[in-house]
Amino acid sequence: MVKVTFVASDGERRAVEVEEGETAREAALFNDVPGIDGDCGGVCACATCHVHVDPEWIDKVGRLMKDGMEADLLQFAEGTTEYSRLACQIPIKPMLDGLVLHVPEEQY
Amino acid sequence: MNTQVMEMDTAEKIASIPLDEIDVARPSLFQSDTVGLFFDRLRAEDPVHYCRESYVGPYWSITKFDDIMAVDTNHKVFSSEAKLGGIAIQDMHSVEGGLELEMFIAMDQPKHDQQRKAVTPSVAPSNLQLLEPVIRERAGEILDQLPIGEEIDWVDKVSVELTTMTLATLFDFPWEERRKLTRWSDITTAAPETGIVESYEARREELIECAMYFKGLWEQRINEEPKNDLISMMAHSPATRDMPFLEFLGNLLLLIVGGNDTTRNSISGGVLALNQNPDEYRKLNENPELIGSMVPEIIRWQTPLTHMRRTALEDYEIGGKQIKKGDKVVMWYLSGNRDGSVIDRADQFIIDRKNPRHHLSFGYGIHRCMGNRLAELQLRIIWEEIHKRFSKVEVTGEPERLFSNLVRGITKLPVRLHAR
Ligand code: HEM
Ligand code: FES
Repeated sequence: MVKVTFVASDGERRAVEVEEGETAREAALFNDVPGIDGDCGGVCACATCHVHVDPEWIDKVGRLMKDGMEADLLQFAEGTTEYSRLACQIPIKPMLDGLVLHVPEEQY
Repeated sequence: MNTQVMEMDTAEKIASIPLDEIDVARPSLFQSDTVGLFFDRLRAEDPVHYCRESYVGPYWSITKFDDIMAVDTNHKVFSSEAKLGGIAIQDMHSVEGGLELEMFIAMDQPKHDQQRKAVTPSVAPSNLQLLEPVIRERAGEILDQLPIGEEIDWVDKVSVELTTMTLATLFDFPWEERRKLTRWSDITTAAPETGIVESYEARREELIECAMYFKGLWEQRINEEPKNDLISMMAHSPATRDMPFLEFLGNLLLLIVGGNDTTRNSISGGVLALNQNPDEYRKLNENPELIGSMVPEIIRWQTPLTHMRRTALEDYEIGGKQIKKGDKVVMWYLSGNRDGSVIDRADQFIIDRKNPRHHLSFGYGIHRCMGNRLAELQLRIIWEEIHKRFSKVEVTGEPERLFSNLVRGITKLPVRLHAR
């Protein structure tokens, strides 16, 4: 199991345990972490699983690729930054143990 | 499923039909609301079911929640393409002179994504919230005109009116002519068999009128300052303003069609469900805050679109069954929404569920309903306004249901209103 911490927009922290191979979206949904909707089922189509990766973790997670569906979708999300990613596109690996993700105030 | 009112022998008959004779495509099963008994059997005995012969040809039925999700999110194998038959159990047919409007709901990647991306910002909830006060006020006006204590048809007097009103508001459509919107929505999806249009010729004429009308609105909006309505947004947004006109029209009509029957039947279905479950109605009256979770529960319960269809692009195994390239695959959302292995007490209408949005009514995957937040917003406003005025919308007679295997519709619902 890999530990992932979600930080809500009001600062509240929620640590959850995730199975390797699941995505950060599933980590949130399966543990009822509020603020991540993941409407489309995790196929990179709805941008309702937007998170800000903690700056300390962004290199391990990987930055958003410039071309591609994920970048296209995030264009329309509210409050994106250089640390924005879609949680359904972040597979959980052992090297991400301790990962910190910030949940935006709104998914739209 | 209301089994009490059904003849015993029907229920018994359904329980004993051999599996390979089950054909859930028959519209009469939806009109009599007995299709649920067939779905109960399929989920238990043959969740991925092949029907060899039916009036729509052979097709696969996917009936369990997780299998439906697996098909819906696998757009590489399961195509929505209109030319392969499209998104409904009955094939989309190209007809001579039929004025084909292309809509991205019946396209695959990459074209689907380009078009959807262009239209998405116009229905972003942050924009829609700006329209909330107008929708609320107009809903109030419609409800205030209704007679108290008299029997009326809720569908015609309320559900259709409110839906037409919200559509007209979203598009800032000329108010006096708002019923045109409903008409155009009806004919966009109509085939002559339905009796809504006389012929494809007649339909074509009306659609041209519709095209000209929207062209006029577009030209008017593009010359004005940007506003919050969807036409103005599409006319001014860099993603959509240079769209070829027919493409714009297709997208616009998709937004109208997408929100018409579905919203209308959710409004009717909610009233019926509350009446069939008086304890839930009591809960609502004691705690109107529950409207927030009641709205998604109504959408699950009603399942305004019973299914979406796909065409397999390659051989694929699901639930131990071998689906062949070219096969028609039907995801029965209505069945998945009653799947007790995923949804707790799935056969009950419960307005304070913990996780009410976990349902299939909006589909999943790249085609997931684009108007889901908008639909919920509209229904929430409408229910808040209904609640303020009426202590009960009492159903006083049997509902009548639509003869359709796609739109789960209520065509008549006699009610009496009780003032608060
Ligand atoms: C309770 C109301 C509604 C229900 C139950 C509903 C249901 C659905 C379903 C089942 C799909 C197809 C999903 C799939 O293939 O996986 C869909 C797609 C769509 N809906 Fe809705 N809908 C509703 C309201 C609306 C409204 C109000 C709009 C208007 C903005 C709308 C616009 C659309 C559009 C544009 C699509 C096509 C999306 C795509 O292909 O990418 N819907 N809807
Ligand atoms: S869940 Fe839809 S984009 Fe991530």
